[in-house]
Amino acid sequence: MRLPLAIGMSLIAATFATAAHAKDWKTVVIGMEGAYAPYNLTDSSSKIVGFEPDLVQDLCARIKVECKIIAQDWDGMIPGLQAGKFDVIMDGMSITDERKGQIDFSAPYANAPAGFVAAKDSPLAKLASNGKVFDLTKSPAEAGKALDELRAALKGKTVGVQVSTTHATFADAHLKDIATVKEYKTTDERDLDLKSGRIDAELDDYPILAAVLDQPDSKDYAIIGPQFAGGEFGIGVGMGLRKADADLTAKFNDALKAAFADGSVKKYSLKWFKIDTTP
Amino acid sequence: MMSLDFIWLTFLRLIAALPVTIEVWFLSILFGGFVAACVTWMRVSGILPFSLFARLFIFIFRGSPLLIQLFIIYYGLPSIPFARHSFLWPFLREPFYCAVLSLALCTAGYTSEIFRGALAAVPRGQVEAARACGMSGFLLFRRIILPIAARQALPAYSTEVISMTKATALVSLITLWDVLSVALKIRNDTLITYTPLLIAGAIYYVFNYILARVFVWLEYVVSPHLRRRVY
Repeated sequence: MRLPLAIGMSLIAATFATAAHAKDWKTVVIGMEGAYAPYNLTDSSSKIVGFEPDLVQDLCARIKVECKIIAQDWDGMIPGLQAGKFDVIMDGMSITDERKGQIDFSAPYANAPAGFVAAKDSPLAKLASNGKVFDLTKSPAEAGKALDELRAALKGKTVGVQVSTTHATFADAHLKDIATVKEYKTTDERDLDLKSGRIDAELDDYPILAAVLDQPDSKDYAIIGPQFAGGEFGIGVGMGLRKADADLTAKFNDALKAAFADGSVKKYSLKWFKIDTTP
Repeated sequence: MMSLDFIWLTFLRLIAALPVTIEVWFLSILFGGFVAACVTWMRVSGILPFSLFARLFIFIFRGSPLLIQLFIIYYGLPSIPFARHSFLWPFLREPFYCAVLSLALCTAGYTSEIFRGALAAVPRGQVEAARACGMSGFLLFRRIILPIAARQALPAYSTEVISMTKATALVSLITLWDVLSVALKIRNDTLITYTPLLIAGAIYYVFNYILARVFVWLEYVVSPHLRRRVY
């Protein structure tokens, strides 16, 4: 490479740095995958529906802008945001300090507990902690006990997670030394490997796991074992916005506050997730 | 906006994944070359069932995207219960072997055509001269046909070998931690879009550059008759 990396980087950055000026927001474009059920999914008429579309239309009505949802594959999500193809990312994206270096996040709008899907006859089903939710931050002692029990049951097994999720972080911290952790690009590929027997359990958040069980060939599987919140799972998922659009982030945060207060977020959560995931 | 620390740490993490990329690449070139030699032999054997099989093999593995072949071998085969209970399952269970298998089959499809072209281009006169000297069968192949064909295959074969290093980048699809998968993970963790990809690209570039030089040297070594004579 004769061209110094820095020059190449700044050339690329200059190409994509467009929407830096403050806008008078009339329409806001939201980028979603349309393939992350039940956060967002594409229905039979190619419309993107789900928890996030419902929520964002509600929020946009509150801040009186018109919202347009477009489909964007995850790999192009950040470049698309930086290039101004859309103004907001909503894709079940966890808020982490590392990511805050590149984009701004709204307040979290969902924080579902994490759990496991495994075969119904898996040893996880016999644990005392089966079906209970433990908070790693608020009640570390009980959570620690459940974790020990879980580690004993998962010894020598293979657990599948999606790459770069808080679940992968959790698995790295607590399971990697006793089990094999496999990281998948998409949840679809991981589900295929669960059913082919390459992995014994998959770790993800509750709504995603519930959607896995809705698939037609999932009758031998269930959400079993302990569920966890807090700790590595962080504060939840939020909207991703450009750092230059602090005004829009503030507007959405105000709207979110109002939507939490009147129970709207909870309503959408119960509709799509069957449980209350408000953080 | 981009710290040198980040670039250096990313570089170290990507270099640590290079052995996986190289292993997959080397083994698939090795097995692919062996399969290709067999397929080429079948293709030119003049025995109809063999030649038809070879044509079909080339048609499938050269005609369809490697991504699809990889996906079908890794995710598709286990959906047949038979494959899951066969003696092959411990082998097919591992993403590493699936990657080597599908890359080897794919490259064999291309390489066997390169080999066939090189065989066809061996001048008839050379073969006739050898026969006139009393050579036949394996001796003729070993002494005359193979050296000429191998030399003729080298430029096209080097291109195939180099393009295979880039094909290994597809194995990120099946949970192997090669250079590209690690770059994508760093990208997803940090949301820094281009730096990990540029560094990964540079690593592939340097590796391929070295490979290309090795092939240039090989060509030089096996073509003494083309060098300018020093009187």
